[in-house]
Amino acid sequence: MRLQFILSEIGLGLRRNLSMTISVVLVTFVSLTFVGAAGLLQLQIDQMKDDWYDKVEVSIFLCPSDSDAPTCVGGEATADQTEALREQLESEALEPYVEQVFYESKDDAYVAFQERFADEWWAQGVTADQLQASFRVALVDPEQYQVVSDAFTGVTGVEEVRDQRQVIEPLILVLNRSSLVAAGLAAVMLLAAVLLITTTIRLSAMSRRRETGIMRLVGASNLFIQLPFMLEGAIAATIGAALSVAGLWFGVRYLVEDWLAGEVQFVQYIGTDAVWTIAPILLVVAIGLAAVSSVVTLSRYTKV
Amino acid sequence: MIRFENVTKVYARGARPALDAVDLEVERGEFVFLVGASGSGKSTFLRLVLREERPTAGKVFVAGRDLSTLSTWKVPHLRRQIGAVFQDFRLLPNKTVFENVAFALQVIGKPRHHIMTTVPDTLELVGLGGKEKRRPHELSGGEQQRVAIARAFVNRPSILLCDEPTGNLDPTTSVGIMRLLDRINRTGTTVVMATHDDEIVDQMRKRVIELDNGQLVRDQSRGVYGSTR
Repeated sequence: MRLQFILSEIGLGLRRNLSMTISVVLVTFVSLTFVGAAGLLQLQIDQMKDDWYDKVEVSIFLCPSDSDAPTCVGGEATADQTEALREQLESEALEPYVEQVFYESKDDAYVAFQERFADEWWAQGVTADQLQASFRVALVDPEQYQVVSDAFTGVTGVEEVRDQRQVIEPLILVLNRSSLVAAGLAAVMLLAAVLLITTTIRLSAMSRRRETGIMRLVGASNLFIQLPFMLEGAIAATIGAALSVAGLWFGVRYLVEDWLAGEVQFVQYIGTDAVWTIAPILLVVAIGLAAVSSVVTLSRYTKV
Repeated sequence: MIRFENVTKVYARGARPALDAVDLEVERGEFVFLVGASGSGKSTFLRLVLREERPTAGKVFVAGRDLSTLSTWKVPHLRRQIGAVFQDFRLLPNKTVFENVAFALQVIGKPRHHIMTTVPDTLELVGLGGKEKRRPHELSGGEQQRVAIARAFVNRPSILLCDEPTGNLDPTTSVGIMRLLDRINRTGTTVVMATHDDEIVDQMRKRVIELDNGQLVRDQSRGVYGSTR
């Protein structure tokens, strides 16, 4: 009896304010889509960082014989210089930052070069002497690149210190900014959603003042009086959340998995499973929105 | 059943009190008329009993509970023991007679079988047998008030509060309503009725409590409406 009664009250309320209900659904849909998009971007960024930061290393290129760099006026890096660099890399000062050091001699570089361009006719003409020896340094924390760079830039015998991370950094920056923008829009839309849900619940409560007045008079409990209104808001918001999850799923499925993954291949993309990761969060946000709005409104409109 | 101990109610700070140091007791099963001019404090009295208001000073006891210490979440339980009837009926226009009365039981979570047996009994008691499917606008004023009384009484409260229940009705219809209230009173229900209707008060010869400017000026058993009209 109770459940059936509450359900029929909810149905009545939702239908009586149909246009408001639809607007609540749409606003939560749009706002949660922004929240979700920000979340997905963040997941994408994390994934790219995980993917790449493990692989990237700092390369310290030693002077070749014909370099114009001011640190290379002495010609090709000598064995002493090379040894000094290695000692410095393995010194205690740099120990917290450096995970592994690998020395790639000119011959190693030649082998790698020939392997990489084995099919190219012009590669046959390249000799080991035209290539450059280098230290490949894997860092404990890739963010600490600057420490290594500062230590070796300008040292005699070092032509250049290059961080592979610099290649992907701009991309991550762009993604980070987009995710910030999405989060900002989400915040504005969430505010609009709260206000709209508040108004809807208030309208609903006012249009049923007669009923709630009688309920209070005959001793219905507060929860019983307020539950239908709360659930109305929660149901509308949940539908909005479901729509946004569906929207994000289709977005990832067709935009990222089908299109972007085909066009730009060097990136590992998130898949639709990422949408399921953030779906519960969206649902919780939706229900939270409705709950906050209900508490704010109902404490004023249906008090004992 | 209802006891007021030195109760004062002031709505706005500095305003004249709506009730001023009122002391009175209504026993179980009594029928009490509450008379007095508009603004004399009758409605405030009823609102205090229903705990829609709290007294500024003094204590109100209803059905053995001290309302000043009654926590908010227990108020619904208090109200389940009190039926209330108003001048303007307060029926739900889009529900039938049956649904209007059943509503009072549904919202306090009574089971369906209980509703299906109690509501027809109560409608029979108030003389509306056979009109279950009508809507309020299809009924006369007297019949609408009977629906309201049925709704107030369907949960068998120990107290029935009536705020000018005959205020919108003609004298003949009013007599019918009074007979009904009398019958309900005879089942052991305490009835407190605020009214302006001197003929009814004079006819019934019940206890009369008169309020004037918030003060209790007369408490008379088997009284009449009085001269201070």
